[in-house]
Amino acid sequence: MNTQEVFDKIVAILKPFAKNEEALSGVSMETSLQADLEVNSARLVDIVLEIEDAFGIEVSDDDADQVATVGDAVNLIVATSG
Amino acid sequence: MSNSEPRVVVTGMGVLAPNGHGLEEFGRALRDGVSGIAFHQQLADLNFACQVGGVPANVEEIQGRYLTGEELFAMNANMVYAAIATIDAWTDAGLDLPEPDGGEPDWDTGGIIGTGIGGIDTIAETLAPRTQAGRVKRLGSTMVEQIMSSGNSARIAGKLGLGNQVSTNSSACNTGTEAVIQGYHRIRDGLARRMLAGGSEGHSHYIWAGFDAMRVLNRTKNDEPEAASRPMSASAAGFVPGSGAGVLMLEDLDSARERGARIYAEVIGGALNCGGHRQGGSMTAPNPVSVQRCLGAALDMAGIRGQEVDAINGHLTATFADPHEVHNWSRALGREPGDMPWIQSTKSLIGHGLGAAGGLECVAAVLELHEGFVHGSLNCEDLHPELEAYADRIPHETVEAPDLAVIAKASFGFGDVNGCVIFRKFD
Repeated sequence: MNTQEVFDKIVAILKPFAKNEEALSGVSMETSLQADLEVNSARLVDIVLEIEDAFGIEVSDDDADQVATVGDAVNLIVATSG
Repeated sequence: MSNSEPRVVVTGMGVLAPNGHGLEEFGRALRDGVSGIAFHQQLADLNFACQVGGVPANVEEIQGRYLTGEELFAMNANMVYAAIATIDAWTDAGLDLPEPDGGEPDWDTGGIIGTGIGGIDTIAETLAPRTQAGRVKRLGSTMVEQIMSSGNSARIAGKLGLGNQVSTNSSACNTGTEAVIQGYHRIRDGLARRMLAGGSEGHSHYIWAGFDAMRVLNRTKNDEPEAASRPMSASAAGFVPGSGAGVLMLEDLDSARERGARIYAEVIGGALNCGGHRQGGSMTAPNPVSVQRCLGAALDMAGIRGQEVDAINGHLTATFADPHEVHNWSRALGREPGDMPWIQSTKSLIGHGLGAAGGLECVAAVLELHEGFVHGSLNCEDLHPELEAYADRIPHETVEAPDLAVIAKASFGFGDVNGCVIFRKFD
């Protein structure tokens, strides 16, 4: 899976949690989950679970805590998936 | 503003019942005697003795009109039902839905939306199995908000930007009626101008299983669902479980007038008490003295005599207690059987909505008062022998009653708890 494919899959996961639709429509690697997409901070836990299921990986709590932007999530998955 | 206690009126209603969603559909179902009770294969597959129940229809199709995907992600049936009925009550009261980030909350409006059992489906289907399997991390973020007793009112507070008291009460099958009485008192005390008040209950088989095990559900009519809920009948053999939500918008009369709001009815009295499991009362049976005291206290507060009550929307579930309840009404009102008000059981149409029952039945009562009719009670053509003397006062089909002025609604719950609220046509 290349970076673009991972990116698209991440955006699809984020879609139901993003409250700012304008930010979602212009989403990029630099887009912040909380500041831009206005994802409820409590729901980051659920997003991580969905990422684990979608990519068949396990994300440690420490790694999950480092995810602030879409790019952070994409890079984490690319690195973890090898 | 006068120094006397505010008068409290009903300016909006929302209902999601097994036999109809919304006032128009629900009102038509009441008038036409439409049952919302159906057979549920899942209950048969799970070896329930009672395999019928009342569940609101098509909720998955309409819930997206009320709630976002992100909200629904963290909601069980109980919370969804409460949200739909409460939002309906809000808009029916002529209020606009606030923007999600639209400034300050509405400090003058609160909500007391009760539930009897709450999010037990979430506990049974997700929380318990994953926790037992050592998979706590896989629970996600939504468990607490779904299983906390106040989950149903908490979600609504955010949707509507409520800034006054927001709470969930629980008193078993008295819950919805208790919520209405508590909301009424809060406005009378001058602490809020508007209170959304009522009850909700999901339809989970986990809720109904305990009642089935107690053998208090009707197990004799699985092949005839619409005949299964038989309050006041000689062949009553237990209640039929139901679900849904019913919510009233209670409002200070001055506030209602300032807004030019439509007024359905006035709440003129309400009383709550408990029989203390004494004098024949127990966890599951009502103390008749406490029931009569509760009904009498509601009349006293309303400042009316028993003779002025035109109709009774009873608790009347279809257990052994129905004849006792009717006798208690007779004594509390000081009226002989043949001189009683109209007596009805909304549960004959929708089953027993448990924590939602009082809310659903208060909506029915206020609708009847507003439109001038008394709906008939299904399935009691074979009236219980102890109720024969009341036969003329128990209609089987809808009675047009344009002069209907006062209706008393009571609920009684496990724990020996009682509630009675009195509604009067607004003049």
